[in-house]
Amino acid sequence: MYTWLWRHLPGGPLTRVYTAVVCLLVAGALLWYIVFPWFEPKIQFDHGTVDDGGTSATAPPTPGAKHR
Amino acid sequence: MRTLIRSLGELCITAGAVLLLFVAYELWGTGAYTQAEQRKLDGELTRTWAAPQRKPSGAVTAERVQLGHGLALIRIPRLGKGFHYVIIEGVSVADLRKGPGHYPGTAMPGEIGNFVVSGHRTTYLAPFNRIGELQAGDKILIDTRTRQYTYKITGKTVVSPSDVSVVAPVPEHPTKDPTDRLITLTTCHPKYSAAQRLIVFGRMVGSIPRVNGASS
Repeated sequence: MYTWLWRHLPGGPLTRVYTAVVCLLVAGALLWYIVFPWFEPKIQFDHGTVDDGGTSATAPPTPGAKHR
Repeated sequence: MRTLIRSLGELCITAGAVLLLFVAYELWGTGAYTQAEQRKLDGELTRTWAAPQRKPSGAVTAERVQLGHGLALIRIPRLGKGFHYVIIEGVSVADLRKGPGHYPGTAMPGEIGNFVVSGHRTTYLAPFNRIGELQAGDKILIDTRTRQYTYKITGKTVVSPSDVSVVAPVPEHPTKDPTDRLITLTTCHPKYSAAQRLIVFGRMVGSIPRVNGASS
């Protein structure tokens, strides 16, 4: 896959390295600023609250926030 | 065949790199969001407090705050000068991403009962990352519009996430009527896990009038 991409990059070796690095940074930025912020709230590793799944009066207002 | 295996290997390595980047994002990237939200809430709170109170009844605690908005400031000197967060009303996932959250329905700062605040131990600026280091006698300062309340820590415990008795008006005695002005901080335990909850208890020891706008 990467070999194929490398062969299809235009220019000499130096230009290719440059293009590859820029592509890598763009991909990283896309992940960091767009994909991860969208994806992260869906998985939630860290829960600070105590609740029993929404039945008690003190449970968070969102029924979806069930903690384990 | 060889090309197929090589492509598969490359895909696996790529997936690994993306996963590592995601871990880095979880730990440090999420803090940027919280920082921006905290700055916004801090400004909002300062403006609200600077504006004249609608009902000059003097009863600060009767002032109710909308879900998702700033309620008070929390400072814990033991955790450093920089430990300064806006407490948000509400403890939903979205609320806690903005900062420590106050359980709606529990006492307000300075009220008789239990003022319960939850926060992230890791990720999203990890406001309660170090509350495990707090010891009995350490101070928690809560600033509201007109008063600054000082709470002193009385104890710590680790409970299961379903043990809601710690947020009762009298912690661990859900049926008793409150007589004390208490504070309870809750967060995840152990760090990087959500298997248990770390709970820090405190009792109000005093309050002083707060000069508007000055949060020293």
